[in-house]
Amino acid sequence: MIEKRPLLTVLTHIFLILGVLMVALPIWITFVGSTHEAERMLQKPIPMWPGDQFLNNFNSTFFGAGSHGDSAPVWRMMLNSLVVALMIAGGKIAISIISAFAIVYFKFPFRMGFFWMIFITLMLPVEVRILPTFEVVANLGMIDSYWGLTIPLIASATATFMFRQVFLTIPDEMLESARIDGAGPMRFFWDILLPLSRTNIAAMFVILFIYGWNQYLWPLLITTDSDMTTIVMSIKQMLESAEQTPEWNIIMMTALLAMIPPIFVVVAMQKLFVQGLTETDK
Amino acid sequence: MASITLDNLTKTYGNTEVLHHIEGSINDGEFVVIVGPSGCGKSTLLRMVAGLETVTSGEISIGDKMVNDLEPADRDIAMVFQNYALYPHMTVEQNMGYGLKIRKLPKAEVRQRVEEAADILEIREYLPRKPRQLSGGQRQRVAMGRAIVRDPQVFLFDEPLSNLDAKLRVQMRLEIRKLQRRLGVTAIYVTHDQVEAMTLGDRLMVLNGGYVEQFGTPIELYERPASLFVAGFIGSPAMNFLPASAAAGIVTLENGVALEMDNTADGKTTLGIRPEHLVLSQDGPLRLVVELLEQLGANTLIHGVLEGTDTQVIASMNGVQSIEAGTVLSFDTPTRDLHLFDGDGKRI
Amino acid sequence: MLKRVHFPSSLLPYLLVAPQIIITLVFFMWPASQAIYQSFLIEDAFGLSTEFVWFENFEYLWNDKHYHAAFIRTGFFSLAVAFLSMSVALILAAYADRVIKGAMTYRTLLIWPYAVAPVLAGALWLFMFNPTIGIFPYLLKYIGYDWNHYLNGNQAMGLIIMAAAWKQVAYNFLFYLAAMQSIPKSIIEAAAIDGAGPMKRFWTLILPLVSPTTFFLLVINAVYAFFDTFGIVHAITQGGPAGSTTILVYKVFNDGFIGLDLGGSAAQSVILMILVIAMTAVQFGYFEKKVEY
Repeated sequence: MIEKRPLLTVLTHIFLILGVLMVALPIWITFVGSTHEAERMLQKPIPMWPGDQFLNNFNSTFFGAGSHGDSAPVWRMMLNSLVVALMIAGGKIAISIISAFAIVYFKFPFRMGFFWMIFITLMLPVEVRILPTFEVVANLGMIDSYWGLTIPLIASATATFMFRQVFLTIPDEMLESARIDGAGPMRFFWDILLPLSRTNIAAMFVILFIYGWNQYLWPLLITTDSDMTTIVMSIKQMLESAEQTPEWNIIMMTALLAMIPPIFVVVAMQKLFVQGLTETDK
Repeated sequence: MASITLDNLTKTYGNTEVLHHIEGSINDGEFVVIVGPSGCGKSTLLRMVAGLETVTSGEISIGDKMVNDLEPADRDIAMVFQNYALYPHMTVEQNMGYGLKIRKLPKAEVRQRVEEAADILEIREYLPRKPRQLSGGQRQRVAMGRAIVRDPQVFLFDEPLSNLDAKLRVQMRLEIRKLQRRLGVTAIYVTHDQVEAMTLGDRLMVLNGGYVEQFGTPIELYERPASLFVAGFIGSPAMNFLPASAAAGIVTLENGVALEMDNTADGKTTLGIRPEHLVLSQDGPLRLVVELLEQLGANTLIHGVLEGTDTQVIASMNGVQSIEAGTVLSFDTPTRDLHLFDGDGKRI
Repeated sequence: MLKRVHFPSSLLPYLLVAPQIIITLVFFMWPASQAIYQSFLIEDAFGLSTEFVWFENFEYLWNDKHYHAAFIRTGFFSLAVAFLSMSVALILAAYADRVIKGAMTYRTLLIWPYAVAPVLAGALWLFMFNPTIGIFPYLLKYIGYDWNHYLNGNQAMGLIIMAAAWKQVAYNFLFYLAAMQSIPKSIIEAAAIDGAGPMKRFWTLILPLVSPTTFFLLVINAVYAFFDTFGIVHAITQGGPAGSTTILVYKVFNDGFIGLDLGGSAAQSVILMILVIAMTAVQFGYFEKKVEY
């Protein structure tokens, strides 16, 4: 800020605080909703200040059978989500980093062909080719399995592209030096390339963890067994059942539990997250 | 230790040939500097010796072994890069020992050799540090240390001093020379800096546009430059070039001044005279109209034009001089210090 | 594109790209080609027989009033989401860029909606605007405005726009803030010395200087609104009332999985694929250009 105008400074902060309140309002209401009894959540106006039922709601949601009898307890769904998110993030990073390594550090026939194949086809989001992909997964017998939930989402153009960028910025002399030292390709990969890309891998992990955790349409189609439900997709089922027996306190508690892990990851690893985002998304 | 032979080496990128039929042999324990302007192909040549670039045609031998198809690691060489190429995530000790570790040497021996090299370079206290905690000069030492520990037959240097400041460059230059003598290892050193080249090399290979212009000792290059290019490149300030025409032992300058020379050339030529070889002489044939003086303390550079022409000439005189602009000075030069080049720039 | 020096060719690079390529072939190439193939087929109502009909599915879509409407609706939805979230983000970033202390604190407080899944965002906004118990319909009643997005299509559209924009503000804010913080201080100071006040500087200096970011975000937000908002629509409106919030991605899903019109859904998929490839090409072209500078 150039000028010293105290009034302007105060206005700036007021405006920013308003912005923060606006952005945070839905999350605040969710939190408040998760701290009251079911009955209280049906009276107008709904409360804007937390009640005292947080622990009760937490217990019945986290360990109980959710809002309708046949669904798995929320801890089970969160576990599923965690497994899925970790598999997607880990898998994407692993297969992207090795293909980027091949494309940048080797000269071999069809190199560019592979690159474009990865790049163009993976740009197609699951949503636009949902039916045929579902058929493939069904034919492979991967319905209701962690494999079915993750593998079709694991190939990644963005991660491949980002690791390619990272490798291109690593000085050529690193490789030359390593070759004079007698390091073969895999040795170079483990000893030099992986340690040098550590922060990029971590940044990518944050983004992909959130991507994996927040998957919705795909798990919705691919799971029929309630033991395989992820927490994000369970919200929709709860909303549907809310039309008969609206237990908004439980829904809000579930929503809160579904949001906390990714929000925690974003806020705790903010620096890496911002770096990952601004670098991956070009 | 080993000699190196370059036999009819050619390098082509796509359709462009960047190195043309390079010939040369480097003796065991010799320090050879490849020098030339940027883009002359000197780094490419070095990298071919290192095995980082493929050889299009011709042969490279180290010792008695043809190494064209050997991996860099199998050529028994070590290389120091311009930007040092230290692994940023490893400590100095790990950096220096990495090549030995890959060779599966016992840990104790790796440690011992790293420490020996560190002692030679006086960097023992930096062994546990990471490269980013070191200054430019210290990194330079680590890069050299990495080369030393491998105890190679050949050292390759790719402009290793160009990232250092001027003072440190002079100091490191001396150290590299001392180290090479002490280890008795054959070395090839690439630089674009002619002073570095002159001070370091037993012999210099002057490269221009992918051709070897001359390959000889610094004094040979200075006293008998084989071409206009070498003449202009070696020596500071650069040699004066005066357009002239030659016929039967007489060389005539643009302003009609005729000099007697022992030559058989005919037609258009260029006469080269180094600034330090212009000697003030009462009735010398070379008359210079003074334009500007540069006082360097130990000597004075006189900038002027050859009387009756537009040709810029520099003369160097010892000590402090005070001469008015516009003064006409007469110079003479011993015949042995005159260099004559033909229309193609070749020495006559 | 490639390192000056590389490892010699061998089997290894093929092994390294193999996992990615196999997954791409099985789960991307094959389904995409299936979608193209199916878009040329019509299946009877019982799924007993199929007929190869060339471009009939596309012709049908070309003449389908509902599809036209969905297309226009999606365009409107995308623009509205992009405009709303980008302008809010721009203003917030401009203010955050002004504060010396605390810019990072504000950033922390503003970025979390990014982490919220679209379907959750939908659920939260649905709850806030629930006609019976929601806080906003309750407040709106005081000013005499009747809110019921279950009945009113415009309100339903407004609600999904708000939910989608809310989630995207965080993302846009990050990029705008980064862009503004990368403007050299000296430029701003020079303008201040020339006598330009804060507002003047924003309009004549900062806004033009962040325009590359604006263009980039426009494409990103359009792609987001086109393809990543399925969860929001599914949670809040299920495309209703009376199809007034059926955007293209939702329609593909709805016609395929609910309506079981495989050929029609596949034809829509193909059109969306072409769209997404075109958008990506624009984005990629921009990126390559940016890299050169």
